[in-house]
Amino acid sequence: MIWVVALIVCIMLVAAVMVLFVPNMIAAVVATSVVSLALTAIFAIVKAPDVAMTEAAIGAGLGSLILALGLKRLGFNQTGGSQGEEND
Amino acid sequence: MTKYTSLLFIAGLSFLLFVIVGYLPIAENPMVAGKAILGSAQQEVGSANIVTSVVLAYRGLDTLGELSILFAAASVVGLLLGKSYSTDSVKTQKSGQAKEYKQFVVLKSLDLLFPMLLVVGMYIIVHGHLTPGGGFQGGVLLAVAFSMRSIVNPGSDKKNHYSITFIEGFAGFSFILIGVLALITDGNFLQPLLGKGEFGSLWSAGTLPLLYLAVGLKVGAELAGLLFELNGEEERV
Amino acid sequence: MMSIEVTIENILYFGAISLSLIGLFGMMMLQNVFRILLSLVLLEAGANLLLVLSGVRIGGVAPIITEGMSAGVVMNDPVPQALVLTAIVIGVGIQALALALIFRVKRNYGTLDLRKIREKLEKDIAVSNEVSAPGSYQAPEKLTESTGANQ
Repeated sequence: MIWVVALIVCIMLVAAVMVLFVPNMIAAVVATSVVSLALTAIFAIVKAPDVAMTEAAIGAGLGSLILALGLKRLGFNQTGGSQGEEND
Repeated sequence: MTKYTSLLFIAGLSFLLFVIVGYLPIAENPMVAGKAILGSAQQEVGSANIVTSVVLAYRGLDTLGELSILFAAASVVGLLLGKSYSTDSVKTQKSGQAKEYKQFVVLKSLDLLFPMLLVVGMYIIVHGHLTPGGGFQGGVLLAVAFSMRSIVNPGSDKKNHYSITFIEGFAGFSFILIGVLALITDGNFLQPLLGKGEFGSLWSAGTLPLLYLAVGLKVGAELAGLLFELNGEEERV
Repeated sequence: MMSIEVTIENILYFGAISLSLIGLFGMMMLQNVFRILLSLVLLEAGANLLLVLSGVRIGGVAPIITEGMSAGVVMNDPVPQALVLTAIVIGVGIQALALALIFRVKRNYGTLDLRKIREKLEKDIAVSNEVSAPGSYQAPEKLTESTGANQ
């Protein structure tokens, strides 16, 4: 059990560092979703099922959807991170 | 210079947090309010899910404030985005129709997915007082179910702005109405009414399922409106 | 000196605090406004995790009363869970609001870089106040030049 928890925390922290430093903006948004997904697993492990469901539906699903829609409107296309690097 | 100050601040804060957590009674906190609620929730509220009874009965006013915060955020988003994206709706509609042939498979599978999302969302909302879940989670599912077609194919699906606003306003009004009715009959705002029913059945815990239904509809309508606004192709009326 | 043993709770607390600190680091050090928003999301997630962990008890079960439950069973604290439930939903509202503000910034200034935005903002403030352009970053150089000329 302790190894599962350590693995999930490691995935969460690596994804969180990726959010800050990966050059492609879409990848950063997806990494945010990965952080939320790892958080969902942690909430389920510490016996908080309501919070886990909320985090899965809102944090990993709708929040990333809103961020991706905003990215689309800000003009970063899916075809490459060139425009994203320019503004980084 | 500012960077070094920030790094110093972060280092100091991390030291402080780790030391504080080192002295915490981890996993053995005294839980003063929690113990009282766990002891008396089954008799006082009658809902199997104690988190639901905290959200809607013991801290119901908090939930009302949270709903108004969400409403304010959605309104301000509409205010900030509203003006500039109403110009070329005809053009986007044409491009949306042209796009529809390219995305045939995705759109048809969305049609297949729509009733399932609707059923699952309503199930989660209605069973909020028995199982994990409730108005917030189910409301998000409803919002996604109603707005995913317009996200995949912008301009194809013209939702009426009035219906979303009406559902939102009606749900918020009924939440407050139930609270005021409880205030009149029982003396406390948002006190559960209508009797507790049989513990663990669908019709139990008084007005809690109705309140969660109102919360779910309001959250769903607000988030669907938010998604339409952010997607930018909504017909302004 | 405290000895730290590796338990599940300690790992989770370490993860929660590290997540908050990573978010804080991003908010203070990065220059892209959109990435600052993403860091805000991380900071919020770490704070939520810390709050939920404060209600965890050893051997606790989820705070849901089921049928065959014995009387003396330990349950987790429901109050932090209810608080986090509302905090997550409010977090999405904050994200959308910040995104709308970022749209306005992008439309008015044409960039998402915090330094460029600050320069243009100072220029705009100076123009609207009918003062000459400030050039606050170049000011010390000019000062030294002029003093050098005087000497």
